[in-house]
Amino acid sequence: MAMMSKTLLIEAVSVQNWTYILVGVTFAIYIGIAIWSRASSTKEFYVAGGGVSPWANGMATAADWMSAASFIGMAGIISFAGYDGAVYLMGWTGGYVLLALLLAPYLRKFGKFTVPDFIGDRYYSDTARIVAVICALLVSFTYVAGQMRGVGIVFSRFLEVDINTGVIIGMLIVLFYAVLGGMKGITYTQVAQYCVLIFAFMVPAIFISIQMTGNPVPQLGFGGELADGSGTYLLDKLDGLSTELGFAEYTEGSKSLIDVFAITLALMVGTAGLPHVIVRFFTVKRVKDARKSAGIALLLIAVLYTTAPAVAVFARTNMIETVSNQPFSDVPQWFKKWETTGLITFTDKNNDGLIQYVADEAQNELVVDRDIMVLANPEIANLPNWVIALVAAGGLAAALSTAAGLLLVISSSVSHDVIKKVYNPNISEKGELIAARISAVGAVCVAGYFGINPPDFVAAVVALAFGLAAASFFPAIVLGIFYKRMNKEGAVAGMVVGIGIMLYYIVKYKFGWLDDTLPDKNEWWFGISPEGFGAVAMVINFVVSITVMKFTKAPPEEVQEIVENIRIPNGAGEASNH
Amino acid sequence: MTPKEKAKAYWKENIRYVLILLAIWFLVSYGAGILFKDTLNSIRVGGFKLGFWFAQQGSIYVFVILIFVYVRLMNKLDKKYGYDE
Repeated sequence: MAMMSKTLLIEAVSVQNWTYILVGVTFAIYIGIAIWSRASSTKEFYVAGGGVSPWANGMATAADWMSAASFIGMAGIISFAGYDGAVYLMGWTGGYVLLALLLAPYLRKFGKFTVPDFIGDRYYSDTARIVAVICALLVSFTYVAGQMRGVGIVFSRFLEVDINTGVIIGMLIVLFYAVLGGMKGITYTQVAQYCVLIFAFMVPAIFISIQMTGNPVPQLGFGGELADGSGTYLLDKLDGLSTELGFAEYTEGSKSLIDVFAITLALMVGTAGLPHVIVRFFTVKRVKDARKSAGIALLLIAVLYTTAPAVAVFARTNMIETVSNQPFSDVPQWFKKWETTGLITFTDKNNDGLIQYVADEAQNELVVDRDIMVLANPEIANLPNWVIALVAAGGLAAALSTAAGLLLVISSSVSHDVIKKVYNPNISEKGELIAARISAVGAVCVAGYFGINPPDFVAAVVALAFGLAAASFFPAIVLGIFYKRMNKEGAVAGMVVGIGIMLYYIVKYKFGWLDDTLPDKNEWWFGISPEGFGAVAMVINFVVSITVMKFTKAPPEEVQEIVENIRIPNGAGEASNH
Repeated sequence: MTPKEKAKAYWKENIRYVLILLAIWFLVSYGAGILFKDTLNSIRVGGFKLGFWFAQQGSIYVFVILIFVYVRLMNKLDKKYGYDE
């Protein structure tokens, strides 16, 4: 017994050492890149000088997009939601098709620095610009708080430092390369971060796929037969295990059809309307590069997004098999370790010493936080220590890259859209650059504050971020490009009504602030959850915009010329500051 | 063709491509992955029920292909109208 605890101790220490080594090396790389790619002009700060190659931009976009939620959270959510998890898989990838076909090439041709730039110029109105700035800030702050929290959690679980210390270390790193390098620094660190995070995600997935199905390709493995020679398909086995324990069949899911439809649509449209993603397409040289890098970005994102559902199936099956109806005294080491973090809890309700994991709340004795599925997966599968440590480095890369992209949107909204465009148009290039850096510092501090003191509705507001982007930016930009007659009255009315109704729905049905208690699901409009309501709000925005436009006068001649001009790809020139 | 007519013709062809590709985008995700999932689930490919496969794998592969098809089509179209750089 003494011998055993000693070996376990050695193993535990070396996972930690591995983590220190891998996290240290990757952080050193990020800092090195930041020093090498300092920004010296506003153009470099906002759009990396506008000369990023399609491949580099594709990798940076992929890292920008894949956050702590994609890396740590998504496979866990899917493993508990089964088929329903498809809303995230399709929703967060399908948006890139919209981006590539409807937005990216035209916004690149337009050739400015930010999304509010486009809205303000296309709708010849500072009101439209300010509405866009408010949306951009709301969406980005919501998101960034979650990322800093993710950094803190990874630090605390793997390096055993306090969550707050973890958040502060993360803040300092991001501060360093975002403030120094702006978009240029962020772009090239994101390229490195993509490599780290995808490697960290794939290695354990491949290991486990071979273990369970004998197939090294996880995407094929989870549709294959089990490696135990029984001839049973893995998915059939999981369906069987799920129904045995009283859960819905894994491949069927339990959400209603209309809700699955609405959530998928809201996430797709929201993705295409997120400012930190859109702005990445301002950094390439030509319109054709914008299209191509959208394709590359989705290809690189798809590597993780097609692996995640496989990981979900492996992890779910492994977990059920390891714990279900097993004596609590025999549980493996990882179970105890995660139990101390409070993310796994076991209460022996019927005092039989066995773990009953079932759908029925009254009899279920095991609660597993879905966030640990990815983090604990390598341990559950008994993988080598360095693989476990790699997951920590990957999680940090995912969280930091997204945080940096969001912070840039926040700082450029303040320094460019508010200070330069509205408040003080005569500000010098140098002054604007200083303002941009100061706003970046401010944004990091606010993000860090929310990371240390997370508002308890962080998870809920993510739905709001997508909903807001879907309800505001997407219709305004699409109409601005594809409907020449769309005018400022229509666009502003559409955005305000779209956001307003989205906020109302979230506040009423997600937070329950308008009633004494949270209203029941039966009261949802058309049976659509707050997560999916962005789809409805988007449609409302389109209808309001077009209706108001019909009764107001057409946009001025020169604006219609801008629209004709952005539809033609050549002569994009470089992103310009006027 | 005057530059204006040329721009108009180019735009029309572009819109046609976009509509066709978005129709496919809709069919694989909302069609095969959601609306017709139950019907497709009666077909099996290896261990996958087909509807489930489209929802969690197939639609994503098709999305990637769609963008690259659009990139190719548009590069050709840009050349045809002399808009390429």
